[in-house]
Amino acid sequence: MGRLFAVEVVYRGIFQKTLSKRITRAIVLAAHKEGKPGISFGRYGDSPERNGIPAKAFAIVATDDITLEEGMAKYEPKEVDVSICVDDTLCKGVESWAWYGLQPINRLTKPNGTLIVTSREEPEALVAMCHRKETPYKLAIVKAIPSYSGLWVFKDDHTDVRILGALSKILPELFSLDSVQQVILEDSNNPLKATSAARSYERVTTVTVQPNQGNPEVPYQFVLPKWHEMRDGISIPAIAQGHQMEDPITHKTGGFQPARNPTFKKFTTRTMRPVVNFDTCIKCELCWLQCPDSCFDVTPEGLYDANMAACCGCGVCEAVCPVANCVTMVSEIAFDDNASQWEMWRKDKEGYGKWLQGKIEHRSERSHGFRYRGQYQEQVPEMLGIAEKA
Amino acid sequence: MTATAVASGKDTETTALITGSEAIAMACKLADVDVITGYPIRPYDTVIQYISQLIADGQLDCEYVVAEGEHSQFEIVKHASTVGARVFCGSSGVGWMYAFEALTVTPALRVPMVVMVGNRALDDPGAFGVEHNDALAVRDLGWQLVWVDSAQEALDTALIAYRVAEDRRVFLPCAISCDGAFLTHSQGLVKIPSQDKADAFLPRYNRGDLLLHPDNPITVAPQANEDWLMEIRRQTAAAMEQSPIVIREAYKEFEKIFGRSYGNPFFEEYMTEDADVVLIGMGTLSTPCKVAIRKMRQEGKKVGLVRMRWFRPFAAEELAKTLSRFKAVGVIDRDFSLGSPYLSGVLATEVRAALYASAKRPPLVGFICGLGGREVLVPDVEKMAGIVYDAAAGKPQPLTHWIGVRE
Repeated sequence: MGRLFAVEVVYRGIFQKTLSKRITRAIVLAAHKEGKPGISFGRYGDSPERNGIPAKAFAIVATDDITLEEGMAKYEPKEVDVSICVDDTLCKGVESWAWYGLQPINRLTKPNGTLIVTSREEPEALVAMCHRKETPYKLAIVKAIPSYSGLWVFKDDHTDVRILGALSKILPELFSLDSVQQVILEDSNNPLKATSAARSYERVTTVTVQPNQGNPEVPYQFVLPKWHEMRDGISIPAIAQGHQMEDPITHKTGGFQPARNPTFKKFTTRTMRPVVNFDTCIKCELCWLQCPDSCFDVTPEGLYDANMAACCGCGVCEAVCPVANCVTMVSEIAFDDNASQWEMWRKDKEGYGKWLQGKIEHRSERSHGFRYRGQYQEQVPEMLGIAEKA
Repeated sequence: MTATAVASGKDTETTALITGSEAIAMACKLADVDVITGYPIRPYDTVIQYISQLIADGQLDCEYVVAEGEHSQFEIVKHASTVGARVFCGSSGVGWMYAFEALTVTPALRVPMVVMVGNRALDDPGAFGVEHNDALAVRDLGWQLVWVDSAQEALDTALIAYRVAEDRRVFLPCAISCDGAFLTHSQGLVKIPSQDKADAFLPRYNRGDLLLHPDNPITVAPQANEDWLMEIRRQTAAAMEQSPIVIREAYKEFEKIFGRSYGNPFFEEYMTEDADVVLIGMGTLSTPCKVAIRKMRQEGKKVGLVRMRWFRPFAAEELAKTLSRFKAVGVIDRDFSLGSPYLSGVLATEVRAALYASAKRPPLVGFICGLGGREVLVPDVEKMAGIVYDAAAGKPQPLTHWIGVRE
C-alpha cells in the first residue's frame, strides 16, 4: 500500500467554481509530473450551485494506481491532508446547498494537516472564526482578496498559482514547486504566473492551532431519522406562520416577522451582509419587496430589519435602496454575531450610529463577480500588489 | 348510451349492454369521483366520451378538465388528489408514455389515483391495437397494475381499485388495464349495482395527515438529497407490501356486499384442477384460451388456464405454488421485452423469476402473440398448448416462440 493524498477546496458556489476546478486539476497534473496518478472532481450534491452557497472540490492523488483506487472507493474523502479555503468568511463554517448541517471548515483536515486560507486578515482573526478541533492543525494564509468571478469568466489574478506554490511548500511529497511550475507554464505560457507560484512558495508560513483555540460553539447536531420514523408522502410540516415583533424598549407589538426554518440558518451562506441606517430609511419597502430570501422583518414602526437567519448576502437590497448609504453591504469578516441591528438601534441610537460607521469605514471591498466589461483587468494589479506586500 | 336509462334507486341492480369503457365510466359515477381529466387517444378516449355524457345527463357531478396533453392530465389529478379529491384519469399507448414524468412521481407522493389504461401498441406506425407494453412500462415504479377481461370485471375492479388505493395503509396509484378494441369497444351485458351498495362498499377518501389544506400546513416534495431518497423509496416499498393484504380484504368485502365472488383476487384458474399443462396470460385472450381448452379436453388433452389479474403486486409465492403442480407452463405475452432473458415477454420473465425459489420448477416456455391488436385464435392456442406438451415431454426447443407472425 502506497501513500494516499487528499486535498479539498472549499469555495463560494458558482463565483469560485472555475477557480476551485483549476486548483484541483493543477494538483493532479503536477503530481502526475512526478508519476503519481490522481483524480479531481466537484462535489455532485453542491450542483447546481446557488450564488454564494459553500461548495467543495477535491483532488485525490496516490503513489500508485491500487492506492488511488482505495481513495476512489469513497466518493467524498473522510479526511484530507490539506483544506484550502478560498474565501476567508467560510472559516465560520460550511452549510452546503444539499444540506448536511453546519460543518466546521477544518472538519476534514487531518490531525497536523494544514488549512490554507486566502485572506488579508491575521491568523488570530481567522483562528477565532474557525470551530475548535480536537487535534492540532496548521493554518497557512495566502494574502489575497477572495477571488470572485463566475462559471463562464475567470479572473486570472494569480490566486490559483499562489495557492499551488504554497501547497508545494506545505506538502512537498505531493508535488514539487518545479512540477507545478511546469504545469502552470504549459497551461498559461505566462512566466509571471510561475514566478507568482515561486514567491508564494518562499513566503508562506504556518502557525499551529491548538485544540483549545478557536470558536468553542458546537455546531447544530442531528441524527437522520430511520425510514419508518419519517412522515410518508414526501411531506414535512410546513414552516409556521409569522408573528408580530416586539419593541425592546416600549414592548409595543406590531409589524411582522415571518417564521423561518429552525435548522437551516444560512449564517455561513453569506460573504457579506447589509447594514441598515434606520435614521435615513424612508420606509419605501423596496428592500423587503426585492429580497429573494424574505429576510427583512417589518418592525412595529415600519422599518426593515435584515434578519441574519435568512440573509444570503446577495446585495439586492443595497442595489435597490433609493437612499444613499442607507443600506451598505459589509464583509462578513467584520461580524462575530447575528444579532438584530434594529434592536441595537432601538436600545442605543448613538452607539448604533458609531457601530454602523465603523463597519462601513473598515469594510473590505468585496464583489459578487462580473459587473462590467474590464472590471477583472482592473482588479488584477490590486491583487498582485497585495501579493508583493505579503 | 344504454346505461343512462338505468334507474339509480335503492338496492336496484340493473343490467345494461355496455362496453368496458362505459363500465369504467359507470364505476366513476358509482364512486362519485370528484375530479376527472381527459385527453383524447384511442382507445382510452371512449371512457371520456361516456363520462362527458354522464355529466351532460346530470348523472355525475364532478370537475371535468380536458387537459392540453397527457402530462398535464396526470399532473392535474395528482394535485387534486393531494387536496382530498377522489380522481380518475387514464390514457393509452404513447399518450401514457407522454405522461411518464407525472406517472413516475405519483407513487412516492402516495397519491391514490385510479386510472384506466386502454392498452394500445406503442406506435409508430400509428398502430392502435392492443399491446400490454404501455401499462407494463410503470411496473417497477410503485403503481398497482391490474388486468381485466370483461366489462363486468372492469366495473367491479374499478370500485375495488378505489377501495385499495385509498386505504391509508397503501395510498398508491392503481392502473386498470383494458385491452383496446376487445374490451374498450365491445359491449357486453353488465350488472350495475345500486348506488347504496356502492356507497356501502366504498368509504370516502380520507387523506388525513397528508391532506394539503391551510388547517394542515405541510410541504410536499421538498428538495431532498442522497441522505433522504433511499428512505423515501423504502417507504413506498412498504406501502406496496401492504397492498396484497388490502386487496384480499377488498375482494372479501366486495363479495359480502354485492353477492358476487372473484375467488382468488390475484389470478383466475380455469380447468386447472386435473391439468397436465397450463397456459398463463393476461386480459381478453382468456376467451380464445378457454374455448380452445374446452376443445382440447374433448380430445383428451388436459390443458388449463391461469389468468393473471394483479401484475403489481405480483402474487409470486401463490402463483409458484399453483404452477408447480403442472408438468409444464406456457406463458402468453401480449407484449415484448426485447433483449430480455431468453428473449421473452415481460410476463414470462416475471413468472420464471417467481418460480425460481420453488422446489419444483416445471419447464417454462414463452409465447409472444397478439401484438398490435392481432387476434389470438383457437388454433393459435392449440399450437401453443402443443408446444407446452412438448416441453413437458422434455423435447428440446426454443424457450420463446412467436405465434401468429407471418413466417
